[in-house]
Amino acid sequence: MKYQVDERGYYGNFGGAYIPEMLYPNVEELRSQYLQIIAQPEFQTEFNELLRAYVGRPTPLYHATRLSEKYNAAIYLKREDLCHTGAHKINNTIGQIILAKRLGKQKIIAETGAGQHGVATATVCALMGMECIVYMGKLDMERQRPNVERMRILGAQVIAAVSGNMTLKDATNEAMRHWINHPTDTHYIIGSVVGPHPYPHMVALFQSVISEEIKKQLQQAIGQPNPDYVIACVGGGSNAAGAFYHYLNEVHVNLVGVEAAGKGVDSGESAATTALGKPGVLHGSKTLLMQTTDGQVIEPYSISAGLDYPGIGPLHSHLFETGRVQFLNATDEEAMQAGIELARTEGIIPAIESAHALAALSKLELTAEDVVVVNLSGRGDKDLETYIRWGKY
Amino acid sequence: MKNRITELFQHAKKPVLSVFYTAGFPNLNDTGTIATALEAAGADLIEIGIPFSDPVADGPTIQASNKQALDNGMTVELLLKQVAAIRNQVTLPIILMGYVNPVMQYGFERFFTDAANAGVDGLILPDLPLDEYETYRELTTALNLSISFLISPTTSEARIRKIDASSSGFIYAVSASSTTGAKAEFSAEQSEYFAKLKALELKNPFLIGFGVSNYKTYTQVCAHAAGAIVGSSFVKMLSQTKDFDADIKTFITSLTTPK
Ligand SMILES: Cc1ncc(COP(=O)(O)O)c(C=O)c1O
Repeated sequence: MKYQVDERGYYGNFGGAYIPEMLYPNVEELRSQYLQIIAQPEFQTEFNELLRAYVGRPTPLYHATRLSEKYNAAIYLKREDLCHTGAHKINNTIGQIILAKRLGKQKIIAETGAGQHGVATATVCALMGMECIVYMGKLDMERQRPNVERMRILGAQVIAAVSGNMTLKDATNEAMRHWINHPTDTHYIIGSVVGPHPYPHMVALFQSVISEEIKKQLQQAIGQPNPDYVIACVGGGSNAAGAFYHYLNEVHVNLVGVEAAGKGVDSGESAATTALGKPGVLHGSKTLLMQTTDGQVIEPYSISAGLDYPGIGPLHSHLFETGRVQFLNATDEEAMQAGIELARTEGIIPAIESAHALAALSKLELTAEDVVVVNLSGRGDKDLETYIRWGKY
Repeated sequence: MKNRITELFQHAKKPVLSVFYTAGFPNLNDTGTIATALEAAGADLIEIGIPFSDPVADGPTIQASNKQALDNGMTVELLLKQVAAIRNQVTLPIILMGYVNPVMQYGFERFFTDAANAGVDGLILPDLPLDEYETYRELTTALNLSISFLISPTTSEARIRKIDASSSGFIYAVSASSTTGAKAEFSAEQSEYFAKLKALELKNPFLIGFGVSNYKTYTQVCAHAAGAIVGSSFVKMLSQTKDFDADIKTFITSLTTPK
């Protein structure tokens, strides 16, 4: 399959494992075992049972009738916001913590932007009785304060990353440094489809449950598994990878990724990687990256902490390059308006990340026959302060 | 012409001291001043770091120097110009060390060619995968550039042998599973690791770096390796000094001779 990772860890021209030797044994241990462990029936049983009884899967596929009316199409929301902890991120952390246990690890580290992945990691660590350290940019700690306290309540140690812009990229740097310094007893739970091979593939596998469910649920709802569109926001790209996964080879399904344009793609304050990036290497993989001509990574900007990242996963770079996925972007303002619109039409306050996906509805030329699935990756509880500060409601 | 690094190890009668510092730090045009002072002070090898915005293998000291160098305006292009000027003034071998992305953006082939033309003798690109390097091997060999890969205490013997086969000049042995940063002394376990490396009788000589900061750590590594690499503690000194010539001389002397 041409959208699957190859044996060297590449998706077309992107991916690989660009890591210093100090990380090689850790990554190689994972690479040589992840497929085999995940395929074990005991792994599958434990994973599926936790997704069902603990996370609350399958999440509903909800026919948003008032929103459908407004956009003149049949719009379905995949309710990842109803997952335990409030976002899709926990699908991945459940998978990785079971894997970490099987690798004999005792400690877990993670990076987090919006704090959703940090909370999802702290949650599964509490569940499994494992020690947890989460790195978070100092700026993100300020703008996502409730999530910082949630992690602490769950027993995790939250360490502020104070380098760079003090956001997700810097938290990831610190987590990688920690892993270099603790190579044997620690597993690094990366929160998106980024990082060195096998992370992008492994995280996509764990998130693929999203499209697996959409297919079944659409079959029930409309008598066929394939919609005309699947729309998802793209930070690193994990919720999008999960929502697209089982549709990659269904060429008639239009897949739409929505990036954060911040204050505008050309404003200098943006995180729209496919619009602004060139192939480069960050955090262990070759992928599209916002950078200067001299190869220095550009600090991204978005109102949404979860989309504030200068790259995208290598799978998405490949999907962009091959044209399989259409990439759009939404500004802060468009996303905030789309968030309020969902609150008013459907009674659902979305995460600001997910609001970017909703903002794409007005950019597509939809017709009454179109069936559209929007992946509602998370709920807006963590973003109340940002909604309040924005104020236009 | 023979490679200066190969020559150095062939004729070395005492441990080789390689000194790392970040290009364009503390000030943009200090790169050359520091190189000249290092030669006068008795260093054997000059390792110049190409600054990068996201140095994941580095501790706080070298992170800070990277950031300041970039703020000062350092670029790969400017660095290669500075190296060409340095080459006219110093005879020591010069190595460029850097993360792969700035090199990739400059263009691998173009970078290797321009570096060799500027008088660079060797390269260390810690996050360049071995198999990707193999595609450039012919070119770097033709350009007479040595390529040193890293090994760490968690690197398996089989992989050490593979890295040895891909490396030329020397192997960069990292003293511990850690990011860069100064240490007061090495543990017995680390010394054991150094001894084990020596017993492998690799094709390349190996230098030990990460943590070397004083006479004690210097002698600990030189007991087993072909020499030492000092980085963080040198960079820290550079961030404080007002007199490069005098302080670099003092630094090298106190590192290599007992009090
Ligand atoms: C609710 C939500 N959606 C989306 C994202 C973006 O991540 P990804 O692109 O990996 O799905 C985040 C990240 O924190 C998030 O919290």
